[in-house]
Amino acid sequence: MSVALVQKNKIHPHKFALWVAIGSILMMFAGLTSAYVVKRSQANWTTFEIPVLFWYSTAVILLSSVTLYLATKAFKERRSGKYRLYLATSILLGVLFVVLQVLGFRNLWLQGLNLTVTVAYSFLYVIVGLHALHVIGGLVAMVVMYIKALSSKMKMYSPVPLEVMGTYWHFVDLLWVYLLLFLLMIR
Amino acid sequence: MSSEAVLHGSSAHLADDAHHVHHHHETFITKYVFSQDHKMIAKQFLITGMIWAVIGGLFSVIFRLQLGYPDQTFPWLEDILGHWAKGGKIQPEFYYALVTMHGTVLVFFVLTAGLSGTFANFLIPLQIGARDMASPLLNMLSYWFFFIASVIMISSLFVQTGPAAGGWTVYPPLSALGDASQGSKIGMDLWLISMAIFIVSSLLGGLNYITTILTMRTKGMSMTRMPLTMWALFFTAVLGVLSFPVLLSGCILLIFDRNLGTSFFLSDIVVAGKILPNEGGSAILFQHLFWFLGHPEVYIIMLPAMGMVSEILSINSRKPIFGYMAMVGSLFAICTLALLVWAHHMFVTGLNPFLGAVFVLLTLLIAVPSAIKVFNWLTTLWKGNIRFTPAMLFAIGFVSLFISGGLTGIFLGNSALDIHLHDTYFVVAHFHIVMGVASFFGMFAGVYHWFPKMYGRHMNHTLAYLHFWITMVGAYLIFWPMHYQGLSGMPRRYYDFSNWESFKQYAELNQFISLVVIIVFAAQFLFLFNFFYSIFKGRKLTDLNPWGANTLEWTTPLRPGHGNWPGEIPEVHRWAYDYAKEGKNGEDFIPQNVPVGEDETRH
Repeated sequence: MSVALVQKNKIHPHKFALWVAIGSILMMFAGLTSAYVVKRSQANWTTFEIPVLFWYSTAVILLSSVTLYLATKAFKERRSGKYRLYLATSILLGVLFVVLQVLGFRNLWLQGLNLTVTVAYSFLYVIVGLHALHVIGGLVAMVVMYIKALSSKMKMYSPVPLEVMGTYWHFVDLLWVYLLLFLLMIR
Repeated sequence: MSSEAVLHGSSAHLADDAHHVHHHHETFITKYVFSQDHKMIAKQFLITGMIWAVIGGLFSVIFRLQLGYPDQTFPWLEDILGHWAKGGKIQPEFYYALVTMHGTVLVFFVLTAGLSGTFANFLIPLQIGARDMASPLLNMLSYWFFFIASVIMISSLFVQTGPAAGGWTVYPPLSALGDASQGSKIGMDLWLISMAIFIVSSLLGGLNYITTILTMRTKGMSMTRMPLTMWALFFTAVLGVLSFPVLLSGCILLIFDRNLGTSFFLSDIVVAGKILPNEGGSAILFQHLFWFLGHPEVYIIMLPAMGMVSEILSINSRKPIFGYMAMVGSLFAICTLALLVWAHHMFVTGLNPFLGAVFVLLTLLIAVPSAIKVFNWLTTLWKGNIRFTPAMLFAIGFVSLFISGGLTGIFLGNSALDIHLHDTYFVVAHFHIVMGVASFFGMFAGVYHWFPKMYGRHMNHTLAYLHFWITMVGAYLIFWPMHYQGLSGMPRRYYDFSNWESFKQYAELNQFISLVVIIVFAAQFLFLFNFFYSIFKGRKLTDLNPWGANTLEWTTPLRPGHGNWPGEIPEVHRWAYDYAKEGKNGEDFIPQNVPVGEDETRH
């Protein structure tokens, strides 16, 4: 169907495109975090607290990467039952991550630490919020893959789409760990 | 994958090689609207870009009317613009809106999307020998995101308070506060949303271009055998992918400041006697985020033109490009330096002078790769067997403009001189010549050169020569005098200079410039007419390779279908610049797909 057939035994173009996209997303967060660093070095910066729930969400998203890895493994071994189970688990864990992030922000908000209270909190909301949007993007991809896995009409044998999605998911996972460490260490 | 070749009743003797290919079903929608064929997407980008160029150019004509004839009224303006031109005179708010939209439209919608969107899409698969882009779907989405961004930007022209009016750089706090001016109201929100979508479009395009060039070249097409157009478009895409996301983060923060009460860029502000609660923000921060894209952006505009000009100069001089590796190296150097010089737009913002000195050094370093490129273009022309095709004229015009405009860049890159020159007409003259007009020349060169491949017909050369000379002479007549105005301190973006004793002397000069602007704008319709007329009625191609070029796109059928080559993709055996070398049938060039003969050394 696609005219973009691999012409050489090199990295699959879709995988490569994903790596370029990852570089691009990193630049966006680099823009935000460097703006944050510049802002922090200026006068009247006040620090902030990271919601405790973010620790739980970190564990959840790390776990989801493990289950997604197992799902990919099961897919390659052609064990579709196991594949669907692990993929569904990953989706649920991903949803749980987003819910925990939202709840963490809700707790902050209820304490009066809302979006506009200080610039530091504005940055926290924007950076963590944009990361969550990227996670939701990954979730959409996973749901699409799950629906494809359920349908009996389309049989998928190429692991490439799954690997592309997996790489993206591990990326948003690591990005979260990086952002959390960044926000913890540079406050 | 099936390849198909469509020949719309064109010359039969050229159609033979395409007849054995079977046709797969394509509806009007999949072929012309939601097409995934890179060639159709390129044409969509080109024609949308042309519409934008007319709109953006028309804006400059309207505000030049104000600058050239500040004391006169034009009642017909009120007929078409309504309350923006009350009594036939452009209102000050609308003047700023025009200037802002002129910049935004031409920088982003024409010279980014229209230029690299067109030629990256059209040329990359054809010149590296690929069936299509790495992801035709993302490629299609790239165009449609651009289209949606266009619709939103156009819609901002029709809202009651008018489009964004804080300059194309949309500096806060002006752009962040709706109460601060007419142009900071809903028009500004539409600007930001449109730009955010535009950025998504150019990222989707860019990652496709990079991936396609790096992973989908045909057999034998090593990186150093690629035509320079490919290198240029590659570096363009790299710059875009690295810098556009940073603008996106700036836009997102600005949207928050505008609509959700945050203070990323706002602090200690009084609007109309009212003290705003915003505290702790920094307006300079936005400038850093903006110019981290804004400066690479000028190279995103320049590099595709440089690549096409290199190719066209070599073909029409019938000589190998001089210093191929030096050309690649200087493209790389420009690409790297482009990311390291953004603060030279901010010398007078209170930037630390020591930091300024570093940025001066890095800025002036760009003169080195630029000079290498100019040297190589001139030496390519030197003692060449020059064919003055329309594309060649525009390519030579590009080199001329790049030299003229580049030299003034050395003035402006100096932070001490910048104290006097910043925000004057000197800056306007500099960047219009070096990036605006020069890139337009690159684009015209590209269209005249690759039109036969796009539509299987020639454009009219007489009209093209007329178009070239009026545009070339006109561009210098418009922008050259602005250098003098700028040196004498005339500030840019002012609505009316007749109140200033020191700038009154330029009244006639301003009138002259405005007159030339109108003539040059009118001359562009020669091009537009020529383009659309030639699509349907142009002289038919009698030769599949009308310019005697070496690159792979000329080995495809007259009107290649989706998949480009009906059979196997040709294998590449040599670089793209074997001109002035005797071919099999006595031609003076050897295309890339011809095997290296026994009497030749390998390239």
